[in-house]
This record gives sequence, C-alpha cells and structure tokens, in this order.
Amino acid sequence: MDFRFTEEQEMIRKLARDLTEKEVIPKVAEWDASGRFPRELFARMGELGLLGLPFPEEWGGAGADTLSYVLVLEELARGSLGVALSYEAHVSLGCTPLYLFGTEEQKRKYLVPCAQGKWLACFGLTEPGAGSDAGATQTTAVLDGDQWVINGTKCFITNASQAEVAVITAVTAKGMGTRGISAFIVPRGAPGFRVGKAYDKLGVRCSDTAELIFEDCRIPRENLLGELNQGFKQFLKTLDGGRLGVAALAVGLAQACLDQALRYAQQRVQFGQPLSKFQAVQFKLADMAAELDVARWYTYRLAVVKDEGARITKEAAIAKLFASEAAARAATQAVQILGAYGFSSEYPVERFYRDAKLLEIGEGTSEIQRLVIARELGC
Amino acid sequence: MVVLVKHVPDTEARIAVAGGGRSISEEGINFVLNPYDEFAVEEALRLKERLGGQVTVVTLGPERAKEALRTALAMGADEAVHLRDDALEGGDALSVSVALARALKDIPFDLILCGKQAIDDDSCQVGPRVAELLGIPQVTVVTKLEVDAAARTARAQREMDGYSEVVETPLPALVSAQKGLNEPRFPSLPGIMKAKRKEIKTLNLASLGLDASQVGRAGQGAEVQALEVPSRARRGRILTSDPPAAAAELAALLRGEAKVL
Repeated sequence: MDFRFTEEQEMIRKLARDLTEKEVIPKVAEWDASGRFPRELFARMGELGLLGLPFPEEWGGAGADTLSYVLVLEELARGSLGVALSYEAHVSLGCTPLYLFGTEEQKRKYLVPCAQGKWLACFGLTEPGAGSDAGATQTTAVLDGDQWVINGTKCFITNASQAEVAVITAVTAKGMGTRGISAFIVPRGAPGFRVGKAYDKLGVRCSDTAELIFEDCRIPRENLLGELNQGFKQFLKTLDGGRLGVAALAVGLAQACLDQALRYAQQRVQFGQPLSKFQAVQFKLADMAAELDVARWYTYRLAVVKDEGARITKEAAIAKLFASEAAARAATQAVQILGAYGFSSEYPVERFYRDAKLLEIGEGTSEIQRLVIARELGC
Repeated sequence: MVVLVKHVPDTEARIAVAGGGRSISEEGINFVLNPYDEFAVEEALRLKERLGGQVTVVTLGPERAKEALRTALAMGADEAVHLRDDALEGGDALSVSVALARALKDIPFDLILCGKQAIDDDSCQVGPRVAELLGIPQVTVVTKLEVDAAARTARAQREMDGYSEVVETPLPALVSAQKGLNEPRFPSLPGIMKAKRKEIKTLNLASLGLDASQVGRAGQGAEVQALEVPSRARRGRILTSDPPAAAAELAALLRGEAKVL
C-alpha cells in the first residue's frame, strides 16, 4: 500500500486550491447572501478542464483518477460547499451515468460538451413522494411511436435551472417496483420540459436547486439511457460514486471549520490567555482534528479502491455517513468556539454550520447510509 | 525561448536551519515554482501564442526540482531540461550561472526569460550572470515586454523608484520578470495530464562537459559561513499617550533607543 500522492495529484490539488483561494473565497459571502449561482466560475472551471476531470480524453475529459477528483472536491468545499456540491452533482451524478451507461452516440452528443465544460448536467431522481424510497417513483415514461412521453415532477434537483442536460428516472413498467424504472436523457428545451421555481434554502445557497417538471414531455426514443428497466441498478451505482464525492465535500468543509476555529482560538484572548490554552477548547479542536483525519484518509483510500474496480457500496455509505456527521459536528463546535462571532456573518463559520446540515441529507440521508451499511452486513 | 526557473520553499514555509548551520532544513517544507519565474513562464507562453516558437524551461537543482519543471510544462511549456548532479549542488549564484550558461550553449534561443530573483536566497544574480557569460544584453526587473520578431528587437519597461524606464535591446537577450508583468495562468487539468507524458531531459556534469571544480560548492565565489533564524524577541511597541506626548516620546525613542535620529 502506497499512500503518497503522485506529482500529478499534487498539481491538481494545487490548481484547485489556488482557484478556490483566488476565485471562490473572496466572493463566496456575496453568493451565499444573494443565493446566486456563479455560472461564470463554472465556465472558468470548464476552461481549466475540471468539469470533465475523471472522464477519458476521448469523451472530452482529462482522464484523471478518482483520488484527484476527491482532492478537487475537498479544496472547493473548503471555500464554498455550494460551489463544490454543484460541481459534484455535475460530475458524479449528471455526467457519470452518461459515461457509464450511454451509447457512443449519447456520449458524443451529451457527455462531451458536459466534460468540456460547455454544459452543466443534473440528475433527477428525487420526487415529492420518492426520496429515500426511490422505488416509489411516480414519474412515468410511455413509448409513443418513436418518442418517449414523460410525465411527473422531480424535486430538490441540484443544478436544475443551470443544466443543459438532465438524466432522470421514470417508471417504464408499472407494478414492477424497482425493476420497472429506466433512465432517460432529457436535454434542455425538450417540449413539455420546464424547470420549476428555485428553492430558498438554509445552506448551500449558491448551489442551484429547483424542480424538473415534465408535462407530456417528448424525447426521442434513443434517449433511453442504457437498457430498459435497469434504471434502479444504474442509479445505485451512480450514487455509490456520489457518496464518495459527498464524503470528500465533508472533509473539505470540516477542514475549513478546523482552520477557522483554530485560528480564532489562537488569537482570541480571554481571562489573560488565548482560548487555545483552555483545555475545554483544546479538546474540541482535538476531536475535530481526529475525526477529520479519519474521514479524510478513509475517503482517500476509498477513491483508490474505486479505481481498482471494486464494488464500494458499503464503504461509500460508511465514508459518507462518517464524514458528513464529522463535518456537522465540526461546524457546530466551530460556531461554539467563536461564540457570538460564530453566530454572526462576520465570520464564515455560521455559513459552514448552515451548509453542513445538507451533507447529512443529500445523496442519501444518514439514516439511509446506516440502512445500506446494515444491509451490506447481512442484516 | 528559454525560461530559467528555480524550485523554492513556498512563502508560508517555516524555515529552520539544518544541521551544520549553513543551509536550511528541507523537512516538512513545501517547494514551489519560484513566483517571479512564474511571471517569466507566463510571458514566454504569451509570446509563443502570439509569435510562435518553442518554450524550454531549464532548472538546476536536486531531484525534487523536477516538480518546478513539471509545473511549467503543465502551464504549457514545450520542453524541460534538468541540470542534475550532486556536484552541481550547494553552490552560489556564480557556480549555478556557469552551469546554466554551459547548458544554454546547446539550446537555441532568441530570448531568455527568468524571474528577477528567487524568493529563497534573493541574490538576484543568476539571470544577469548568465547573460554576461553568454555575452548577450540583459534587461532586469521588467514589467512590460514587447517583442518585434521581424526586427529582432525587444522593448522592455522597468519600474524604477518614481519613474519607469523603457529599454530597447537587440535579440537574443535576457529579460528578468518583475511582479506586474502579467497574471500567470493556472496550469489546466489537460495541461497537468499532458505534462506527465512530456520528457524531462537530464544533464549531468559529464553531459554538460564541465569540471567538478567549476561548479557546485567547489566553483562558488562566496561561501555561506552561517545561517541564523532571526530572533523573534523584537516586538512592536504601541505608544498610547495623547498625540503631542506620543510624538515627543517617539522622537525620544528614535533618538535614544533606536539611534536612528
């Protein structure tokens, strides 16, 4: 086992760090306050090749490995979880199914512009009545001649109003439960497809989240993604990668919490000494550092294991569960260490606190992760 | 075009003196491409984009210095040359310049670019010395550069204290870059992936055709006697009395304690 970064991984991390420090951190407070999605930043990330990071060059990507991807997510999340989440949703959820299950023609038409950074992608799975219980999907797709006719609504979709292409799931065989779901590619502008109102959210406010609404939406027959009725299996595999991505986001956010809390504790003087000299504060910082390191190295290792081709269902759930809860605890403690300053928008930890909660909910709640782990244990 | 680069500790590195007291400890230090050299690489890439040609980056240093070359390749440089030999190590600006100038005899160029100084030893000498050894003109501390390829001349602007100077020089010449010359690009992801596949040419003492006595420690002109970390005891003092009294107190301190008046 070799736990050293390659020169290329180091350079990719530095690229993401420099980008975050120069072009994300100075602007993130404004994006968070206004809830505006910084599309111009994504154009820049596209130019730098980040939007197609893990996909092969023949499909417009950069052909980097999963660990490099994890490092980029971590660095971006240190600056803005909203930006990092939208990036993760584009790569892990939007592009990955196109890459894994798309035909040559579908990849050429949809994956290439996404990987080249000209388009953004989103993934439509969650519905008003089907979140954790994805088998209860209500959206339907019916073949009418050479077209699929789609009806239904997807909610809480990251990148919904920004995406040029959506990958969505719909029921194609009624009464078959999870074995009657298929995935489809819906380009922006397809007749009968529109984006609903954006949500006003507690956190990740600059990430774009809205509904996808299908009213007799018509797409060509060839926009079925992969095989008919295989949609459930496909998105389980997609979500494994997504959960690894969310773990990386959590690591980045937890690091940001520790950095802010440590810096403040070393500077703030009370009762004649810096806060960092008080054991009550030291123990909080030590816990943050310990959990962060465990989450980080578990996530890094899992990225390598994923590239070896292993099935990572249980491990991805463990990574996501542990890292997201560690990040939420780190954010809570960071606010506590900063006291009243932590509660004000003068310091970024209040944003970290609001953002952290999303990590325990999106791409499978903590409860679902525990369920997945227990199921994998044979319960 | 040739760009001379150096791999240096980043500005946030905590410097400690190594055993022996004549060099810094490299343990735990993150090394980066010297920031002034980044301006030089960027300028070379912009000239290449405008006028064509090739950009070759050259460094002298230990094995880790390859990372500086790799960064320049990822930004878009075409070729890289690494002067790598234990005998080349531990020298000063003189012995480094001798080795670099020797290597440049075999690399065709119209222009050499380099940073105005390396941020580790701040000697500011290697660029000018290389130009002298090669017998070409040099313009240092440049913030604006225009190249007329047809006339084979360059116009360079130098920011001086309170005024700026415009210098015209025939090519080939050496130009050293000052902050403000440009905003260096980030190496793109495809650039990073391609850099991995580009070959770095390594030159050792024998392939340079140099004698060990001319280079490294043996060839240096000045020798570091001792390194010391500055004492941290010097702390600022804030005068809190009302302004007229504070001014009088300050004057007294400057005269009596600091002895600068």
